[in-house]
Amino acid sequence: MSSADDAPGLMVTEAPAETGAPEIGPPSPRHGEIVDALAAELGDGFLAHHYSAHDAWVRVAPTSWRQAGRICQEKLGLNYFCFIAGLDWQLAPDLGAEKRWDPDAEATEDPGDGPGNWSTGVAGGDTRFGVFARLYDVIRHVGLTLKTDAGDSAPRAESWVPLFRGADWHEREAWEMYGIEFDGHPGLRHLYLPGEFEGFPLRKDFPLLAREVKPWPGLVNVEGLPGEEGDEGEEAAES
Amino acid sequence: MSVTEQQKIAYVSAQAADARINFELETEGMTLSIGPQHPATHGTLRVLVRLDGEQVVWADPIPGYMHRGYEKLCEVRDYAQVTTLINRIDWLGSFANEVPFILAAEELMGIEAPPRAQYIRTVLFEMARIANLTLFLGDMGVQLGAITPVFYAFRDREYVLNLIEGATGGRFHPNFDRIGGLKDDLPKGWIDETKVVMRRIRRFCDEIDDLLVGNRIFENRCRGIGVIPRDIALEYGLSGANARASGIDFDIRRDEDSPLAWKHADWKVWTHPDGDSFARFWLRQQEVRESTKIVEQLLDGLPAGPIRAKTPARIRVPKGEVWMHTENPLGEMGYYVVSDGSPGGPFRCKIRTPSFSNVSIVPWLLRGVLVPDVITILASLYFILGDIDR
Repeated sequence: MSSADDAPGLMVTEAPAETGAPEIGPPSPRHGEIVDALAAELGDGFLAHHYSAHDAWVRVAPTSWRQAGRICQEKLGLNYFCFIAGLDWQLAPDLGAEKRWDPDAEATEDPGDGPGNWSTGVAGGDTRFGVFARLYDVIRHVGLTLKTDAGDSAPRAESWVPLFRGADWHEREAWEMYGIEFDGHPGLRHLYLPGEFEGFPLRKDFPLLAREVKPWPGLVNVEGLPGEEGDEGEEAAES
Repeated sequence: MSVTEQQKIAYVSAQAADARINFELETEGMTLSIGPQHPATHGTLRVLVRLDGEQVVWADPIPGYMHRGYEKLCEVRDYAQVTTLINRIDWLGSFANEVPFILAAEELMGIEAPPRAQYIRTVLFEMARIANLTLFLGDMGVQLGAITPVFYAFRDREYVLNLIEGATGGRFHPNFDRIGGLKDDLPKGWIDETKVVMRRIRRFCDEIDDLLVGNRIFENRCRGIGVIPRDIALEYGLSGANARASGIDFDIRRDEDSPLAWKHADWKVWTHPDGDSFARFWLRQQEVRESTKIVEQLLDGLPAGPIRAKTPARIRVPKGEVWMHTENPLGEMGYYVVSDGSPGGPFRCKIRTPSFSNVSIVPWLLRGVLVPDVITILASLYFILGDIDR
């Protein structure tokens, strides 16, 4: 299920998992135990996992989101609630050429917003919006990032407020910034922005006014330092 | 034994009499808006409280008066430009904000700064903590009506800020950390001056002992006020001194294997079992003392060598996701950086700030307290508005 390159790699859904790179094992035995326990408890709800040198990720099905949090809190000792946040995988239309996914690919004129045009990060992902949360075990000092898919046009996720009271503000922020509805949240209202604000500012298709007024100048052309070799320096000098 | 009809009637009439008395004596509730401009809020936090007499029945903090949208801005800047922004999150301990972000970028790029740079980073990190927390120690007195400690705090913090300025060029916003190391080495004579100032800061902590700790009024107004139990603290994600004051033995500097140099110094993580305002105050005082020890030890053992690893002329962070957190003056601060491999900045940069979680407990904590204690509790939670609003 998990893909691993030698750099902390990102799995794209279309890409086959067999990259030929060796599989990275869990960074600590406790990480492995937690991931195995979650896989055993959730069954089909456990979609993917990923390890890096220091960290572990688990992606669960949207219907198992709250259950996964509950298992972590009650059975696995991950009871310190760090944060919960949203993520938009769509490429920004106005920045499509500058901030494209693959730096070696040709810049596309219109990245579009059809399925498949956004990439998915570690542990995969199927939809445009995602929700991710971080839990930590303050006794054994192990952390875990949990992820789930939130949908494409009207993102939704299960609320974690019944598990962690602190999720209240974090979910209000994710709702305000991404428009992700949290089922079971006691009252989603604006946290930072004025009540009459329209739109969801952190979505990639929300224009940033400063960039509309004055477009990004692009990267400053940095010349390679004298004595510096390698593609990076050459490339910087050429472009 | 069954209840007789007469007992039922007696019970109902007693209830009715109680209700009448309550109705006659009932005071109109009052909604009080504390802030946005209130000295206890260190910026522009507005706390809406509903009062019944002197008692708070309901409280709702309203942040957002200083929301600057850093998570959006990070997406349209490159990595070097982002450090300028995130300096302004917790403006009293600015250098500490840069470090986790730079560490995150370094982890994605697979480079590590040389040991000397890690030591100097840690020293400046701890000095940012001292500059931040000394102000808290003085400010806590001001909130409770003792104005003297804050003058001592400002006086001694100035020495620390001068040193930070001497090394980095910026008093408040150093912008000194670079991917792969630091901008510059330490100036000549800086180490000796710093050691003198560290002794001074420890004397300041002793002065705070004389001025506040043990003062009857101060203790009466802090002890037992705003008690946070351990479970609630974990559920709300409280971190830093607020968590340790509730008996949670959790300090990322000690617990995590960080590339920074804390592991080379001998110091102690203090905890307090009480969870009240006094515990939070006392704990931060001990933290300042421990920080001075860390700084002295690290300066004694400062290794020689380069201060910057070899990095490409143009920073290009490969694809990946990373979560990097450190123990900042206010608590756990972390960055969840998603890089798409493009030459620009991060694809998504989630900034987890300690004050945000620390203040989210306020609706729970203020329920049922008296109005003067609201100020004690807000002051002892110690938040900085830039750190809530980002």
